[in-house]
Amino acid sequence: MATTSHMFMYSLTIQPPSAVTQAILGQFAGTREQQIVTAAGSKLTIHRPDPTQGKITPIFSQDVFGIIRSLAAFRLAGSNKDYIIIGSDSGRIAVVEYLPAQNRFSRIHLETFGKSGVRRVIPGQYLAVDPKGRACLMAAVEKNKLVYVLNRNAQAELTISSPLEAHKPQTLVFAMISLDVGYENPIFAALEVDYSESDQDPTGQAYEEVEKHLVYYELDLGLNHVVRKWTDPVDRTASLLFQVPGGADGPSGVLVCAEDSVTYRHSNQDAFRVPIPRRMGATENPERKRCITAGVMHKMRGAFFFLLQTEDGDLFKLTIDMVEDEKGQLTGEVRRLKIKYFDTVPVASNLLILKSGFLYVASENGNHHFYQFEKLGDDDEETEFSSESNSADPTVAIQPVFFQPRESENLNLVDTISSLNPLIESKIANLGEDDAPQIYSVCGTGARSSFRTIKHGLEVSEIVESELPSVPSAVWTTKILRSDEFDAYIILSFANGTLVLSIGETVEEVTDTGFLSTAPTLAVQQLGEDSLIQVHPKGIRHILADRRVNEWPAPQHRSIVAAATNERQVAVALSSGEIVYFEMDADGSLAEYDERRQMSGTVTALSLGEVPEGRVRSSFLAVGCDDSTVRILSLDPDSTLENKSVQALTSAPSALNIMSMSDSSSGGTTLYLHIGLYSGVYLRTVLDEVTGELSDTRTRFLGAKPVKLFRVSVKGQTAVLALSSRPWLGYSDIQTKGFMLTPLDYVGLEWGWNFSSEQCIEGMVGIQGQNLRIFSIEKLDNNLLQESIPLAYTPRRFVKHPEQPLFYVIESDSNILSPATRARLIEDSNAQNGEAAILPPEDFGYPRANGHWASCIQIVDPLITKSVVFTLELEENEAAVSIAAVSFSSQDDETFLVVGTGKDMTVSPRSHSAGFIHIYRFQEDGKELEFIHKTKIDEPPLALLGFQGRLLAGIGSTLRVYDLGMKQLLRKCQAQVVPKLIVGLQTQGSRIVVSDVQESVTYVVYKYQENRLIPFVDDSVSRWTTTSTMLDYETVAGGDKFGNFWVVRCPKKTSDEADEDGSGAHLVHERGYLHGTPNRLDLMLHFYTQDIPTTLHKTQLVAGGRDILVWTGFQGTIGMFVPFVSREDVDFFQSLEMQMASQHPPLAGRDHLIYRSYYAPVKGIIDGDLCEMYFLLPNDKKMMIAAELDRSVREIERKISPPLYSIHVSCLARSSAPLG
Amino acid sequence: MADKLRTLQNLEALQARYVGTGHADTTKYEWTSNIIRDSYASYIGHPPLLSYMAVGMGDSKEKVRAMMIEKMVRGAGNPPETQE
Repeated sequence: MATTSHMFMYSLTIQPPSAVTQAILGQFAGTREQQIVTAAGSKLTIHRPDPTQGKITPIFSQDVFGIIRSLAAFRLAGSNKDYIIIGSDSGRIAVVEYLPAQNRFSRIHLETFGKSGVRRVIPGQYLAVDPKGRACLMAAVEKNKLVYVLNRNAQAELTISSPLEAHKPQTLVFAMISLDVGYENPIFAALEVDYSESDQDPTGQAYEEVEKHLVYYELDLGLNHVVRKWTDPVDRTASLLFQVPGGADGPSGVLVCAEDSVTYRHSNQDAFRVPIPRRMGATENPERKRCITAGVMHKMRGAFFFLLQTEDGDLFKLTIDMVEDEKGQLTGEVRRLKIKYFDTVPVASNLLILKSGFLYVASENGNHHFYQFEKLGDDDEETEFSSESNSADPTVAIQPVFFQPRESENLNLVDTISSLNPLIESKIANLGEDDAPQIYSVCGTGARSSFRTIKHGLEVSEIVESELPSVPSAVWTTKILRSDEFDAYIILSFANGTLVLSIGETVEEVTDTGFLSTAPTLAVQQLGEDSLIQVHPKGIRHILADRRVNEWPAPQHRSIVAAATNERQVAVALSSGEIVYFEMDADGSLAEYDERRQMSGTVTALSLGEVPEGRVRSSFLAVGCDDSTVRILSLDPDSTLENKSVQALTSAPSALNIMSMSDSSSGGTTLYLHIGLYSGVYLRTVLDEVTGELSDTRTRFLGAKPVKLFRVSVKGQTAVLALSSRPWLGYSDIQTKGFMLTPLDYVGLEWGWNFSSEQCIEGMVGIQGQNLRIFSIEKLDNNLLQESIPLAYTPRRFVKHPEQPLFYVIESDSNILSPATRARLIEDSNAQNGEAAILPPEDFGYPRANGHWASCIQIVDPLITKSVVFTLELEENEAAVSIAAVSFSSQDDETFLVVGTGKDMTVSPRSHSAGFIHIYRFQEDGKELEFIHKTKIDEPPLALLGFQGRLLAGIGSTLRVYDLGMKQLLRKCQAQVVPKLIVGLQTQGSRIVVSDVQESVTYVVYKYQENRLIPFVDDSVSRWTTTSTMLDYETVAGGDKFGNFWVVRCPKKTSDEADEDGSGAHLVHERGYLHGTPNRLDLMLHFYTQDIPTTLHKTQLVAGGRDILVWTGFQGTIGMFVPFVSREDVDFFQSLEMQMASQHPPLAGRDHLIYRSYYAPVKGIIDGDLCEMYFLLPNDKKMMIAAELDRSVREIERKISPPLYSIHVSCLARSSAPLG
Repeated sequence: MADKLRTLQNLEALQARYVGTGHADTTKYEWTSNIIRDSYASYIGHPPLLSYMAVGMGDSKEKVRAMMIEKMVRGAGNPPETQE
C-alpha cells in the first residue's frame, strides 16, 4: 500500500455473498453424518443438514481471500473422513480438512503448480477426483492438466505426489470428470476440442469440421505416468459429463450431455442416446432444444440414477438398464437408457442428493432450496423415453419428444436458504422512521425476482401474546425448587398488587403460593434449595417450602427502592440511601449483615452476580446512585460492603447487571458489568474477578428511554436483554465469540425476563403496555433480517418516490414472451383444445422465445401493504432500461416519472430498432401512473437524471438535456462527452459525472449562460463502470465489472477552473490530452472486492454517526468502507493487517496482498475482513501478534470489534471530519 | 552465436509453456486470437463475472460458459492467407 496516500478507508463485509458457485457433499467431520461445503465468492462454508427438522444450518465459514473456482471431496481408502481439495486462483492445489473439535478448516497440503490468477492455461477451472480417492486431476480451460497421486504414509497421513502432466496444446476442455473404474487404474474423462487445424486454415473449412472428442486419460499407478487412452468424437454441442458408477455398481463410463440429447459412452460399450424431452403447451416453441445445465448421480444399494436439469429447471430422471444373462444376473453390459420427467426446481448451479433423502439445490439465482424426496418417481404415469428408438450417431438428428410439466410430485420443499444473489440495485433509506436506515434492494431473475427490505436485527418468534386486566410494571418467572428444570410461576407486579400465574398445560392464576398479593413486587428469587423470596417496598418475604413465611420488614418511614438477588444472597436499598445485605446461612434462613452501608445518594439500581460454580457467594455488589456513579462493593466476609471501585457515568444508571459471558480475548468466560443509563445509553465494562476493578468500557446508544437490563439464555449462552425504545440482545457471536449487540425485530418492551417451560425451553417473557408476551430467538447466526416482495421479471433499476414511501421498479426479461403474446397464444389454443392449466411462473419460469421482451414498471409499497400495488406492462417489444423521478421547472416543479426504453433490443452484440423516453404522471399519491407521452430517440437511454429542473439523458455516448413539452420532450442541449456508452449519471451543482461502460468517469460542466456541456476531466485508465457515486464535489467512488472498488478525485485546480464564471471558452479551447479531455483524475483508493459492486451509497447507518460508504455486490454482498480519522489508527491497522497476512496466510494459498491487488495495486484500503480473522486465531497466535504490535490482546480486539452496524460508532464517531 | 541460439531456445520453451507469450514476429491474427481466448477464459474463471453476463443475457450460467468456450475455438476467426 502506498503510504503516501492521504485517504484511508477500512473495508468490512457486513454480509458475505450468497451465490453458491460450488457445493460438495461429504462426511467432513469423520462421522456418518453428511455435511455440505459451499463456496460463495471467497467464503468457504460448511453446513450441517438436519434431516429431522429438514433444515440446513451453517457451522463454520472462512474467508480464503481467493477466488474459489472448483471444489472436490475425496476419501482415502479405509478412511471415514472426507478431505476437501480447493481449486482457486492461487496457482496452487490446497487440500483442506475440517476439524470438528475445533470447528476449523485446517490445511494439510499446499502445492504450487503455476502462476497465480485466473488464466487460460493455469489449472484450477476443473477438478476431478478418482472415486476411490487415489488421484485427482486439475485442469485449465486450455491445454494444461495436472494429475496428483494421493496416498497415505506409514502414519496414515495423506501424502500428495508431484504433479504428472497430461498437457495437450491448443486443446480446449469443456468438461472434466473422473471415471468410476473400481480399483483399476484411475481414468479421467474430458470433453475436448482441438483447434490447431482451424487456426491454420484460412478457408474456414477446418473450423466447420472441428470435432468434439471424449478423451480418456489413464493414470498408470504402476508406471506413475498419464496416457491418453481413448478418444472418440461426440456430439459437437456436448458441454457436460457425468460419471456413471462402475466396478460392482454399474457399467462405468460417462454420460455426455449435448443440446437435445444425452448419450452414454464408454470405451468398451456401445453408445446409447436419449432425447431431452421438451415442454408441451400452447406457449412453448416446439422447436426449442434444451440443454442439460446441472445434474447429480445418486447411488443406492444395488441401483443408481441421475437427476439432470435443463435450463428451464425441469429435472429428468435418467436410469440405465443392463443386459441380463440367462440366469437373470446383471452383466456389465448396458442395454438401454431411460429418461422421464421428474419435477421442476429452480435452475441450479449445483445439485446434491443426501443419503438421508434430501435434495439440496444451490440455485443459480435467488434462494437456495432444500427438498425432501417423497418418492423417486418409480411408478408414476410419466412417459418414459428409451434409447432403443434412437440412433446413437451424433450426426443423425434425434426425434423430439415432449412432456407436460406439472406441479411437484416427488419433491417436497422443506427449507429455503435466503439468497440476495443477484443483487441488481439497492437504496438506503429510513422509511419506517426507525433509529437505523434500511437497505432496499431488487434481486433475483425472471419470475423469481424479488424486492427485499434488509434491516439489522434478530428474528423473534412469538409464542404467546395475551392481554392483562391492567398495565403491569414488571414480570418475573421462577422455579420452585433449585433442581427444577422449568419455571413454575410467572409473577406480575402491578401498581398496587402482585399476581401469580402458574405455568403448566395452561397458564392460570394461583393464590396459595405465599406471595403477598396486595403490594407491588420489586424482585423475586428462588433461594437455596427450596424456598422463594419476594421483595416488596415494605419488606422481604421469605417463603419456605412448607409455605411458612418469614417476613423482614423495612425500617419505619423507609421503604425498599431497589433490590438485587441471587440464589444465596439478597441486597436491598432503602429510600434513605442505605444498603442492607442478607446472606443465606446454613439452615436456609436469611441472615442480615449487621452493618448497613450508607450511600451518598439515592440508589437507583443494584446488581449481584450469579454465585459462581462451587462458591457460596458472589463477591461483588454493584450499586448505581443518582449521582451518576456505579460503585462495586465487596461481599467477601472480611471486607463486606467495602468499596472496591467506582465508575463515573454521564447519567444516572437505570439498570445494572453483573454477568459472566464468554469472551474472545481470554477464550473462556469473563465477568462483565452491564450498565443501562436513564439517558438510553448502554455500557459494558469488564469487572475484574479478583480486584473488582472496572476496565474496558464500551458504549452504545440504544434509544430514547431509560435502559433496563435482564439476563436471558439464548441458544445455550447467557445473553443480556437490553430494553429501551426497542429491545436489543447482547450476545457472543457464534463464530468469533466477539460481543454483538443487535436489535430484536419486535415491539418495544417495558420489562423482560427469562422464561423456560416444557414447550419453550429458551424463551423470554416481556411486557408491552397491557400485554404479556412470550417469545424466543431461534437464530443468532444471522443478524440481517429480510422481507421479500415478489416481482414479475428481472429487475433492472428502481427509484424512490420523492416524498412517499414507494418504489418504482423497472423490470425486463429478454427472450421471453410478453403477457399479451402469451394470452393470445393461450386463447388460440383454448379455442382449439379446451382449457389448459397454466403453471405458476415462479416455479416454472416464463415461456421463452427468441427476440421477444417482457417488461413492466411496478410500484412497490414496502411499508404498509408490503406488496406490489401497481403494474404497468410495456408493449410492442419495448423493454425498460432506465428510470428517474424528475421535477420539471417548466411544469411548476411537478415531479414526473421518466422511463427510458429500448425496442427490439439484442443484448450481445448490442443492437435495437429504437429508443424511447416515456413520461408518467404520479396519481393517487404515487400509487398509480398516468401515461403522458413518449419521445422517440435513436438509442435506448441507459441513464436518466433530473438536472436543474430538466431531464438529463445519456443516449449512447451523447449527453442530452431535455425539457418537458406538451407532446414530447424538447431537446435543449447536447454534447458527445464519453468515448463509448453512458451508463450512469450523477450531479452536484452544475457539475455532472458521467460514467462510461468502459472508460471510467468523465466530469462535465454545464454552462448555463451558454447552454453548453463541456467535459473537462476524465480518467487515465479504463474502468468498466457498473456504479458510481459522488463522495463530495471533487470525488467519485465507483465499482467495475471485474470486481474493483475505486475512488478518483479531480485536482483542485482543475475543479476550480471548471467552475470559473464566464462562458467556459477557456475550457472549450483547451487542448485535449491524448484523445481525451485536457485533464486527468487522480486515483485515491483502489481495492479488489471480487464481487461486482452494483450500488454505492454514502450514508449513515446509525443516527448521528459518521458518513460511511455502503456497497452492495452482484452476488449479494453487503459491505462498507469506513474512512479513517487518525493516522495512528491507519498505522495500527496496517501493521495488524501485515501481521495477519503473515501469521495466518489465506487457506487456499493466495497471497492476501496480491489478491486484493488483483487488477491494480490496492491503495488506501485496510482489509477489515482479514483483521477480523484475529478473533478466530488460537490464543497463542493472538498473543504473539499482540506482542509484535506492542499492545494487549484486549486492546486489539477492542479496536477491531464490534462488527456490523454497531461498529465503529464509538471509535469512529470521535471525529466528524467530512469523507476524505 | 551460441548465446543467441540459447536465448532463442529459451524463448521458444517459454512460449510453449506460457501460451500467448508474444515474440518479435507475432502477427495481428495471433495477437487478437490470444486476447480473445484469454478474455473468455477469464470470464469463465471469475464466477461473479460469468454470472453477471448470464443475467445480462437472460441465460443460464452453464449455457453461457459452454458458449464462451465455443467462442474460444473460433478465436479471431479464419487466419489470414499466408504468402509463400
